[in-house]
Amino acid sequence: MSEMAAHTPHSHPPGFAHQFETIEQQREAGTLGMWVFLVTEILFFGGMFTSYIIYRALHLQSFIEGSHDLFVKFGATNTAVLICSSLTMAMAIRSAQTGKSKRTIIGYLLVTMLLGATFLFLKLRFEWYADWKEGLIPGVSWIPSAAHTPGVKMFMCFYFFMTGLHALHMVVGLGILTVLVIMTARNRFSSQYYQPLEISGLYWHFVDIVWIFLFPLLYLIGGRYPGS
Amino acid sequence: MSTATVDLREAPIESSVNYLNARYGIKSWLLTLDHKRIGLLYLGTITFMFFVGGTAAVLMRLHLIEPQGALFEPETYNKMFSTHGIIMVFFFLVPSIPATLGNFLIPLMIGARDVAFPKLNLMSWYIFVTGCCFAMYGVISGGVDTGWTFYPPYSSAYSQTHVIAFALGIFIAGFSSILTGLNFVVTIHKMRCPGMTWFRLPLFIWSMYATSLIFVLGTPVIAITLALLAAERLLHVGIFDPAVGGDPLLFQHLFWFYSHPAVYIMILPGMGVISELITAFSRKKIFGYTFVAFSSLAIAVISFIVWGHHMFVTGQSIYAGLVFSVLSFVVAIPSAIKVFNWMATLYRGSISYEAPMLYALGFIGLFTIGGLTGLFLASLATDVHLNGTYFVVAHFHYIMVGGAVMAYLGGIHFWWPKITGRLYPDYWARIAAAIVFIGFNLTFFPQFMLGYLGMPRRYAMYPSEFQVLNVMSSAGASILGIGYLIPLVYLIWSMRYGPVASANPWKAKGLEWTTASPPPTENFAEIPVVNEDAYNYPVAEPRHYPDAPGVARV
Repeated sequence: MSEMAAHTPHSHPPGFAHQFETIEQQREAGTLGMWVFLVTEILFFGGMFTSYIIYRALHLQSFIEGSHDLFVKFGATNTAVLICSSLTMAMAIRSAQTGKSKRTIIGYLLVTMLLGATFLFLKLRFEWYADWKEGLIPGVSWIPSAAHTPGVKMFMCFYFFMTGLHALHMVVGLGILTVLVIMTARNRFSSQYYQPLEISGLYWHFVDIVWIFLFPLLYLIGGRYPGS
Repeated sequence: MSTATVDLREAPIESSVNYLNARYGIKSWLLTLDHKRIGLLYLGTITFMFFVGGTAAVLMRLHLIEPQGALFEPETYNKMFSTHGIIMVFFFLVPSIPATLGNFLIPLMIGARDVAFPKLNLMSWYIFVTGCCFAMYGVISGGVDTGWTFYPPYSSAYSQTHVIAFALGIFIAGFSSILTGLNFVVTIHKMRCPGMTWFRLPLFIWSMYATSLIFVLGTPVIAITLALLAAERLLHVGIFDPAVGGDPLLFQHLFWFYSHPAVYIMILPGMGVISELITAFSRKKIFGYTFVAFSSLAIAVISFIVWGHHMFVTGQSIYAGLVFSVLSFVVAIPSAIKVFNWMATLYRGSISYEAPMLYALGFIGLFTIGGLTGLFLASLATDVHLNGTYFVVAHFHYIMVGGAVMAYLGGIHFWWPKITGRLYPDYWARIAAAIVFIGFNLTFFPQFMLGYLGMPRRYAMYPSEFQVLNVMSSAGASILGIGYLIPLVYLIWSMRYGPVASANPWKAKGLEWTTASPPPTENFAEIPVVNEDAYNYPVAEPRHYPDAPGVARV
């Protein structure tokens, strides 16, 4: 490892990795890396969104019926919760950028985590658990209802695949936030170096945006809103 | 045009400390963040998987010596070809050149100390190995009989074999591809050394860039598709299930949306290797640098809109068929551009027939045959006759084995002195290259004829009038197997007993040859500065044609 030290005799800022020549190069690489990752995520969800579009066109009535079995109240609450969590995430990054105290940054991160956990709690306790009791989970707990066309089962497959995958991303996001809290507590960030916060923020906002698409596509089709 | 003198310093004197002997012990390998060591970890893993998949292939060919089948029950034969296909495609060909040579060479070629994210790089190897474990579990516990394409409803509802183990294995290995592609994209964008502009990059880098784009854009789709399939198999309901209004054909669309670009994941890196080999062994600048570079990108882009040519006979709309047919012809153009540019590079070059060059020339011939027969399959009418026959098998083996594997072997030989610091025995390498070429053609050319005559693929038996051609093919497979074993033996031998290699044994151009063999852990003593085009070989004779337009702009 002696060569490793050889090319950076000058003192390097905290968080600076040996393979880069400048901290600026490292920052750009990290940001580009996260954007490329988000592109793969779009394609990952894209496979399901494409399938959703096709089947929705083929079985619109079933999809509307299925949508009516969802709890739009909790879906809407969760949408607000997630949007707030994106705000607090952005505030955490802004605090780091403007050199606020680490207590402020950790505070915003913890609120973000709390909101994320609230989302998951509402989803699990009041939606999936209720679906399980009502027999609306295909392949796990399915009680056929006379009113249901077979396509409703298909819609519920989509519902659980898509929201399940989204929830999985939320869990990963909470893990990332935990790491960020620890890193902040250990004074790893400064107004010069806060890139892990920034790119984790990109991820968190992405997961948020996926929900912004999921909510209307799953909950709001078929005229569920008042006045229709 | 920049023809200024080279600023690539003389190769440093053989340094005693290099990436191989900087640290010892199993831990120093399993926890390494060095892209070169990670490349070697991949090399070991995929070589193992190659011989697993190869064993299945040899057993299949032995079975087909007799019309009634010589060895197995038909069910076992189904598992053999499925295992062969899955292992070879997802666990050998897809990672082959990118994960080994790509990992090893990209930072060296662009003058960087490592890839952009070394920890991610190591993680992708571990993910890949985890995927391999799932697949090997599937192999050991009884195999899978769906073919490598996993078409539902057979795979989701009827097959009694280990579909989920293989699907999860591919799902997991897919993330290794995604992360490798991500790493390469960022590395090529952000880690180039001073003066290494986009149009001075070696063409291997361009092809790896195009490959990485496909990794990043295509692999997530196959991942989610196989996850949906596994969920459907597990829960007995899902979006490909006709009982709830699902369409099994949707699976085919999603599958080929990745798996057709995946064909180019396999061949594009090979094309990159061939560009390096052809220039190095004809001692000439590549003809039409920008055309070769952009044809890689063109292939990557167009590859995403041709998947429907796998589904001409599935009842897809005739108009969709027409469009996919035309687009499939279009994707042949950039491939042809490459072949013509390689030919033009060879023209009036000072060609020498070292072992890597034998592989490269073999590649050009076999890839051309494979590519042209692809046009038969891209034509709607002939495809109806040829679809599902041995013609298809022969066609894609000419691309994947005759193309990708030949390029892989050529590349391994070419950079072996750089990787290990040792020279391989040239005599044996040439013999092996010849044996591979002969064995390959004997294996697969008869399959074109069999397919044209109507022998369907994936059957354990065949009418006796096809026996002569099948025996020829099986004989070829044995020769091919020997051709692959010989390099395994002498390359391993050379690591210990081969003559010590100089920094640049081929007198080739490129930054990787300016550092020691094997390179030090940090690749370069000092980050190099580039002020010349790639492949700036000295002009041999006055009648040398000027470079293609476009190369001049730097």
